[in-house]
Amino acid sequence: MDVRVHNIRKEFGRFPALDDVSLDIRSGELIALLGPSGSGKTTLLRLVAGLESPTGGTIFFGDEDASQKTVQQRNIGFVFQHYALFRHMTVLDNVAFGLKVRPGHRRPPAAEIRKRALDLLELVQLSGLDKRYPAQLSGGQRQRVALARAMAVEPNVLLLDEPFGALDAQVRKELRKWLREIHDRTGHTTIFVTHDQEEALELADRVVVMSKGAIEQVGTPDEIYDHPVSPFVYGFIGQSNCLAVTLQNGEIWFEDRPIGLRAPAEPDGPANLHFRPHDIELIDGCGGCLAGLVTASRRVAGTRHLELDLGRTHPPVEIELPPERAAAGDHSRIAFRPTKWKLFRDGERQAVVAEAKSESSPIEMQEPTLVAQAS
Amino acid sequence: MSHDPTASSVASPGRQAALPQLAAATSESRLARLTLTITALAFVALFLLLPLAAVFTEALRKGPAEFVAALGDAETFSAIRLTLTVAAIAVPLNLVFGVAAAWAIAKFEFKGKAFLTTLIDLPFSVSPVISGLVFVLLFGSHSLIGPWLQSHGIQILFAVPGLVLATVFVTFPFVARELIPLMQEQGSSDEEAALSLGASGWQTFWHVTLPNIKWGLLYGVLLCNARAMGEFGAVSVVSGHIRGETNTMPLQVEILYNEYNFVAAFAVAALLALLALITLILKTALEIRYSAEIAASRRH
Repeated sequence: MDVRVHNIRKEFGRFPALDDVSLDIRSGELIALLGPSGSGKTTLLRLVAGLESPTGGTIFFGDEDASQKTVQQRNIGFVFQHYALFRHMTVLDNVAFGLKVRPGHRRPPAAEIRKRALDLLELVQLSGLDKRYPAQLSGGQRQRVALARAMAVEPNVLLLDEPFGALDAQVRKELRKWLREIHDRTGHTTIFVTHDQEEALELADRVVVMSKGAIEQVGTPDEIYDHPVSPFVYGFIGQSNCLAVTLQNGEIWFEDRPIGLRAPAEPDGPANLHFRPHDIELIDGCGGCLAGLVTASRRVAGTRHLELDLGRTHPPVEIELPPERAAAGDHSRIAFRPTKWKLFRDGERQAVVAEAKSESSPIEMQEPTLVAQAS
Repeated sequence: MSHDPTASSVASPGRQAALPQLAAATSESRLARLTLTITALAFVALFLLLPLAAVFTEALRKGPAEFVAALGDAETFSAIRLTLTVAAIAVPLNLVFGVAAAWAIAKFEFKGKAFLTTLIDLPFSVSPVISGLVFVLLFGSHSLIGPWLQSHGIQILFAVPGLVLATVFVTFPFVARELIPLMQEQGSSDEEAALSLGASGWQTFWHVTLPNIKWGLLYGVLLCNARAMGEFGAVSVVSGHIRGETNTMPLQVEILYNEYNFVAAFAVAALLALLALITLILKTALEIRYSAEIAASRRH
């Protein structure tokens, strides 16, 4: 079932947790709500569930206005970070709970409830553990019971609040893959909350990046990573560098010289240049480039990470190179130029100023934050 | 909680033998341990076991026949019955009040919550005699509603209702105090899970909340019951000491003692102590029987 969130506002006391948020989720999608703590992602999830009621705005399940309904009437499946399994019930009873508490005319016969619960336990690969109590299961197993329990009621939408947050890294990775498989097999519309970008990018069809109670960007993992529309998304997703630069006659200047990047049709003035550590090229003989001293060098798997001091008050910049190209030791001087970058301009609301540097690709974002980009 | 397989492999015999035998950082020397243990045991013996033994010895001084005869006395028998009646009314009332108060405080945010929490402790901090006097001031013949009650033939003071009210007041904190920290620690996510699965409020309470708190609840009820049967101060003020009618067991003990009827006094006292002991034994037995489940319900 598709879920549409319309201009939702939520205030706790006088503190706004969500400010005019709208979001369309298509039926069968796997959506990640990603953001730092305090960004409002869990609040949004709980509003969709009906565990909180909005200060303003509406939520539609299909064509029905769900915001008028109680949590029971919405028929959702909710999975909690700390499982919230009923500790005094066996695994089987936990999974069957949602069916057992139905009023008589909607409740399946006992034998069918049992069969459905057992089937779900098989789906989550916990066959044979039906008589155990939650305390006798590992964290990963408990979370799978919680998911089976949520799916037992055939929910309109499956909501997961940091589902892997309490698990260790190894189990997290396994469960992540496994959740994707379950989703592909059952096709439930699923929304999950996470602060782990790797989890969001790997698992979700579309990622909703949130910050300070508002949505920054909605897009596929590729769009989010390759075309961030705001400085926040640039900084929050993946690694990125930010340099304070100046625009002069369509050319980008760093300190007292142009660096060989152009943003034509841009008014003069200060701006911020964002680029990722791996989107750079080394340059021999600097006729318009960025250059700095190597202050630290780390080998991370297949690449070498170099920390460069660009001088004066600028924070160090990090670049990634293939190990063979970064053979030179510390304190050597390196000249480079970003190959993919974006310009954003400071201000209360950062305003559109620029087009992309060279190539034909037009700027696809309407968001006011984008200034210039190149790929 | 987790049976970590690496934990056992670390403590392999080879490594253990290689390490010098050092005591854990938190363990004390033998002498210190011995001193602490003896102090604690001596204290328990002096202040708990000795008086208890004295009560039973005094009660049985003239033989079991006298003991039984003392309990069979009409006034004493009526006191026993009254005590059980009052406890049977007061304890269920406080069970309901206690659960309601703990539920409200642990699961909801509302104005005046801190005030309510403080109020619940009030009976602990106020002298029981004053608690009793409050009811005399409220329902006595010189009070505002005293004359109205009298004209309608409603007897509260010096009757069972007064005794129940005083007992309820004094024993109010036991159940709530036991449940509030427990419910706060457990949080609301179990309830939210049940609601999200379609359970009604009542189903959620019955199938999820109650099982989660049942051990704390039982403990609170047992303590509440022990205190309800043993309460003296507040009950003494509202009882009026009418023999064979409004004397509870603790009051009867006092009367018999003041009349130098030591065997009877100690016989009733022994019975009262026995009820308390049974309460404690019951609690311990339940704890042993369901230790695994209790441990599980306290974990997250």
